[in-house]
Parts: sequence; C-alpha cells; structure tokens
Amino acid sequence: MATEILMPALSPTMEEGTLAKWLVKEGDTVNSGDILAEIETDKATMEFEAVDEGIIGKILISDGSEGVKVNTPIAVLVEEGESLDAAPAAQEEAPTAGAPAAPAAAVAAAAPKPQPEVDTSPDWPEGTEVVKTTVREALRDAMAEEMRGNENVFLMGEEVAEYEGAYKISQGLLDEFGPKRVIDTPITEHGFAGIATGAAFAGLNPIVEFMTFNFAMQAIDQIINSAAKTLYMSGGQMGAPMVFRGPNGAAARVGAQHSQDYAAWYMQIPGLKVVMPYSASDAKGLLKTAIRDANPVIFLENEILYGRSFDVPKMDDFTVPFGKARIWREGTDATIVSFGIGMHYALEAADKLAEEGISAEVIDLRTLRPMDLPTVIKSVMKTNRLVTVEEGWPQGSVGSYIASEVMQQAFDYLDAPVVTCTGKDVPMPYAANLERHALITTDEVVAAVKQVTYR
Amino acid sequence: MAARKSTKKPNVSAEELTKYYRDMLLIRRFEEKAGQLYGMGLIGGFCHLYIGQEAVVVGLEAAAEDGDKRITSYRDHGHMLACGMDPNGVMAELTGREGGYSKGKGGSMHMFSKEKHFYGGHGIVAAQVPLGAGLAFADKYKENGRVTFTYFGDGAANQGQVYETFNMAAIWDLPVVFVIENNQYAMGTAQARSTSTPDIYTRGAAFGIPGEAVDGMDVLAVKEASERAVGHCRSGKGPYILEVKTYRYRGHSMSDPAKYRTREEVQKMRSERDPIEQVRDLLLTGKHASEEDLKAIDKEIKEVVNQSAEFARTSPEPALDELWTDIYA
Repeated sequence: MATEILMPALSPTMEEGTLAKWLVKEGDTVNSGDILAEIETDKATMEFEAVDEGIIGKILISDGSEGVKVNTPIAVLVEEGESLDAAPAAQEEAPTAGAPAAPAAAVAAAAPKPQPEVDTSPDWPEGTEVVKTTVREALRDAMAEEMRGNENVFLMGEEVAEYEGAYKISQGLLDEFGPKRVIDTPITEHGFAGIATGAAFAGLNPIVEFMTFNFAMQAIDQIINSAAKTLYMSGGQMGAPMVFRGPNGAAARVGAQHSQDYAAWYMQIPGLKVVMPYSASDAKGLLKTAIRDANPVIFLENEILYGRSFDVPKMDDFTVPFGKARIWREGTDATIVSFGIGMHYALEAADKLAEEGISAEVIDLRTLRPMDLPTVIKSVMKTNRLVTVEEGWPQGSVGSYIASEVMQQAFDYLDAPVVTCTGKDVPMPYAANLERHALITTDEVVAAVKQVTYR
Repeated sequence: MAARKSTKKPNVSAEELTKYYRDMLLIRRFEEKAGQLYGMGLIGGFCHLYIGQEAVVVGLEAAAEDGDKRITSYRDHGHMLACGMDPNGVMAELTGREGGYSKGKGGSMHMFSKEKHFYGGHGIVAAQVPLGAGLAFADKYKENGRVTFTYFGDGAANQGQVYETFNMAAIWDLPVVFVIENNQYAMGTAQARSTSTPDIYTRGAAFGIPGEAVDGMDVLAVKEASERAVGHCRSGKGPYILEVKTYRYRGHSMSDPAKYRTREEVQKMRSERDPIEQVRDLLLTGKHASEEDLKAIDKEIKEVVNQSAEFARTSPEPALDELWTDIYA
C-alpha cells in the first residue's frame, strides 16, 4: 500500500520548515534509515531519514520550498510493482496532538480550597503525665521508637553512628540497632541522598541526617528531582517514603555559609512535606509521623533549640499529625504566626505585649506543607490583624505566602496590612553585633504588632 | 575499539540467538516508529532514540534473573522493551496518553514499571547512579540476592556523584553492576574532548572496583561479560563496572542535526558493525534460521510495533483530574 511521507517535526517547537534538498528522486528504492532529504528548521539543517522501505513514487514538495507546515505530505512511497494511483488521498494519521484539552476545563481543575474546619483538639489527653525532655532527646526517642517498630527504618548520615551525631541526636542508636541500621557515610551529601532515595524507591524507609541543611544544597537535586517527583512521574507506581532531617537556620557565629533558613525553599515543592517543630513534644510527635509517612519529608530542626526542655507526654505511642497548627496562646488584639525558632520570638513578644495591655494570639504552624491556613484565617477573623515571624529572608518568605493567602481568603476581616517579620536581606555576618541585627528580634515583633494595632 | 570481542563460535543455543535477534529488532523497529510519530507531532518534547545500541540492553538482560532491578537515564526505551515492558504502554507514554506506563505524566524520559523492576527513566544526567546504588543497598539490606543494573553514559561518567557512588558502593559491597553505555558522544562532545581516560571503566580501579570494556555491538560479548559481572555481584563481592562500547546512529535527541561527526562515520558503523546484522549472519550461516524464518520474525515485530503505535494514537489523553493525583501517597 502506498504511504505518504509527511513533513516531520524535528524539534519540540517546530511548526514549519524549509525543504532544502531532496537526496532521493522519484523511482529510487529506499530502505529504513536512508537519508531522504535535508530540512531546515529555525535552528539547524537536519537530515530526514526513511522509516519504511519502498520506492519513491512521487515527490510532492520540491527542493527549496519554504514554510512547509509539519505533517504536509511531501512525497509518496509505493511498494514494488505498485502504481501511484493506489496512493491514498489523505492518510487517516492526521495529527491530533495539537488539539489538547480546552482551556475552560483547566479552570475546572483548579486546586481545591483549604478546608474551613479547624481541629482544636489537644495534642494529648488531659491528665497525661508529662516529662521534661530536651528537643535533642525527643528526636532520638522518636527515631528509636520507630526503628523498634519497623525493620525497614534506618538512619544514615555523616557521624551518626560511632560519633553519635555531630549534635548528639543519635546517641545510643548504634548500640541498640547496630551498624546495619545506623550507618556512617562519607562526606558526600549528593551521593548518599541519592542512595537513600533509591533505597526508598525499593521499599525501605531511610532517615537521612544532614549535619546541617546548609550541606543539603549539595543534594537538593536528589531531594527535589528524584525524591519529590517520582511518585507523580511514575503515575503512582513508586515514591520515596523517607525523611531528610537536620539542623536548619542560624546557629551562633558560624557565618554566612552555615546560617540559612530553608523553610521557604522546600515549602514550595509539591511532593515534599515540610516540618519545622519548635517544642520537644512536637519534635517527637512530628518526627514519628514523618517516619511513618509514605512521602519524602523535610524535617527542619534548630541547633539552638536542641538543648531546650519542654513537656513531653509519657505515652506509648505519641504522634502529632501533619497540617495541624497549635495555638500556644489565645488572644484578641492581633495574631502572630510563626514556626520553628521563630516561636521563641513570637512568644517572648506576646509576653511583653501583654504587659502593655495588648493581647496577642500566637500560632505555631508546625508543618509548612501541608499548612494549616484555616487556623490562621479563623484567628484573623477574630483579631483582624496579622504578623508573621520567621528567621529566613524576606523575598519569597513563608510570611509573604501567608499574607497573600490571608489577603485572598479573608481580605474583609483585615483592619491593617499584614506585617511579615523576617531575617534581614543579607548573608549572615560573623561579627556578634551584626549577627544580632541580621536575625529577627523580639523587639521587632513587638513593634510589628503595635504597627498593625495602631498603638 | 580495544574492547573484548566474542569468538564467532558462540556457545549459545539457536533459541537464545533467535531471542536476541527478536529483542534487538523490536527495539529498532519501535524506535524507528517513535521517530516517525515524533515527526508527526504525536510525541512531544525530547525524544532520545536507542538505535544502534540495541545489543547493550539485550546482552545485559540475558544475564538477569527474576527480581533483578534496572535503572537508567533518559535514553530509556530500549531498556524498557528489553526487560519485558509492554510496547503499547511505552509508546502510549511517549504520546502522553492514559494507557502509558505513567498515565501520560512522565513522558519519554520518565517512565517506570514496578512490576518489571524498572526504576526509570531519569532526566538528570547521572542522578540515576546513586539511585541505582540505593536500589542495590535495599537488596543487600533485605538480603534477597538480587542485583541492580545501573546504566549511565560516557557523558554522565564525568559527573561527581558517580564517584561519590563508586566510593560508597565499594565500601558497602553493594550488589550493583555499573553499566557505562559509552556511545562515544556526550550529546555533541566526543569522548576525547571531555574525558581524561580513554577507557572509563579504569576509573573504578581508584575505588577498588573491578571492571572491563566490552564490544557493545556484539550481543554475545555483552552477554558473556554481563554473566561475569552479575556473578561477581551476586556472590557478595560488591560492585562491578562494565564499559560497553557502543554507538548511536541517530542524533542525541530528535532535534540534533549531528554535525559533530561525519555521515561516513555513521555509515561505516552501520554497514560493518550493526548488532542486529551480526546476529542475523550468525543465524543464517549457522543454519539456525532460514531467510523465511527471519522474514516471519520481521513481520511479527512490525505488527507488534504498528499495534503499539495504534494503541498510542487511540488511547485517550489522561483525564484532567489526573493533574492532581499521585503528588502524595
């Protein structure tokens, strides 16, 4: 049967081209792979190969023709002994790919709105015994409990085993679980993040400790392109049930390369979940949830908080769900939203404001993706004023996202523009006085609340 | 090419030889059809064809057992067909349709099959190397005796993470075969212009990883080397490197005019070293098959490929709801 040879698309964007030169003539026999013609696209001159074998029955578009649209018949291929009359007038192989879904339908598929309901249940039942625990111990306890419960959970990272963690988070884990499950890696973040992600594809549940998240920039391709996107790219066949954890943000006097808050970076990525706890109970309850989650979780800790003690409930299996903010302090005049070490400034500011008769409600987001915006919006509906607090930089901050959502969802409830308190827009300086000024301060939060309450 | 060549008296059965012929021919015809569909605008974006390299995956797969894993970069159609994935599902993924392996959400470069232990299909050059070592890490952790084939090209061989991975694979004795598919051009850059060592497998020596080069146009040589590599890994001795010297006939991707090499170079490879023609000769001269037998195979393959193209054209585009699925498990 005769077949038409169509003008090919030779690049992702080509719509038409010049048929520069035929390298075969009518009557020539061609085999698959033979060069038929040279075709000029907007970028280059390309050789066009035969796919089927046969005889060039007729050339329909001559040498030098410009502006030949893709899929225009340019020649007819016939089989031996076949006449040209047998050529079909038009192939049924007309392209359909150029006509995808109508745009109206795309609007219908817009992202679902956040739920309006708010879960205000306490993290643990009233009357439960609590134990003063440091964030450091809470993290270790969470890992140990989950490793006891699931053979497929293991910890990998620099100095996690014999050294027991650069920040002593993994104390005792090597002793209890042995070198098969508590694994010292070489200093090779990109490599071990990739190996852990591959192990997760194959069904294990790795916990990857980055000595600090500053070093995870070396591994960010594996975190985002491999861990976060594979479930989607595989149509749901396989993903990466794993945790990337470690200290994030400024410590003290370690300068620009060791002092950066990545909350806003990771929060942007669909496919990741992002957790940034403040208290020890959240560190424990959220890390246990993270290890059980079937998705890659970014767990952002803070070196300064490691040594702080908080009440942790004495329960067999205490977990905190993702996407549920915690209201630390109820108030009526303004809402302060923060997370991680930002909560330290938020709570301190609320105490100072109370002395001046200003009642601030303080919300700890705890997880940034998913983010509990309903709790924030419900609070703003009550206080009509909002201040966000974080250590990261101002442009594209977590606060700017919250401000944008509140503006879109609760504009009528706002009595003042939202103020986003952030770290200063500079690399972290080393000098003690400069570092203090580069970070967010309690006084700045106090001033911001006064600004939105017009005091 | 300094690679090991097989003797022309292969120690394989007629059935095996016929299977290699059939498997390689399927890849070639499939890729030719994919090129055609690309030309018609039915396949979009980037599309990297495997034509010329067929003996690599078919020879490697000849040594694989059930449950062994494989992972590669974006020139991946051949790997998928060679491990038994359905040509319909692969072609429909290329056209971005519901019937594709990733429901149309991955495309040519990002395709997976949990059932066939094919772990992609990765678009970032060399990212699949640590991922492949991670698959092997999981097998070792589970003590299941499985081996992972981690494929990468001569271009990827200059990425740092390859050597981070070599180091960890060696210290942890991971059961992974690193298959360097050296087709001699990293996109448009000839190996000599980009790579300090003529034989890339020799870089493994720095990590204590044994390896060898093999003639990648000779499926029997590849199979023999693959058996050696897999045997090494399965016996618990750690990783092994196979540098398979091969050649791609087409450009790097569909939009590559391939001006960095001469047409004569390509033609010479095609006429003198073609992996499919070599097996065809063996079958005919060994009287394992007649011209008629081979014609029948050709016809059968053509039908499979045409059927896959038909499926890929008629399978519907994914429902718009699919935009929002598979982001979280």
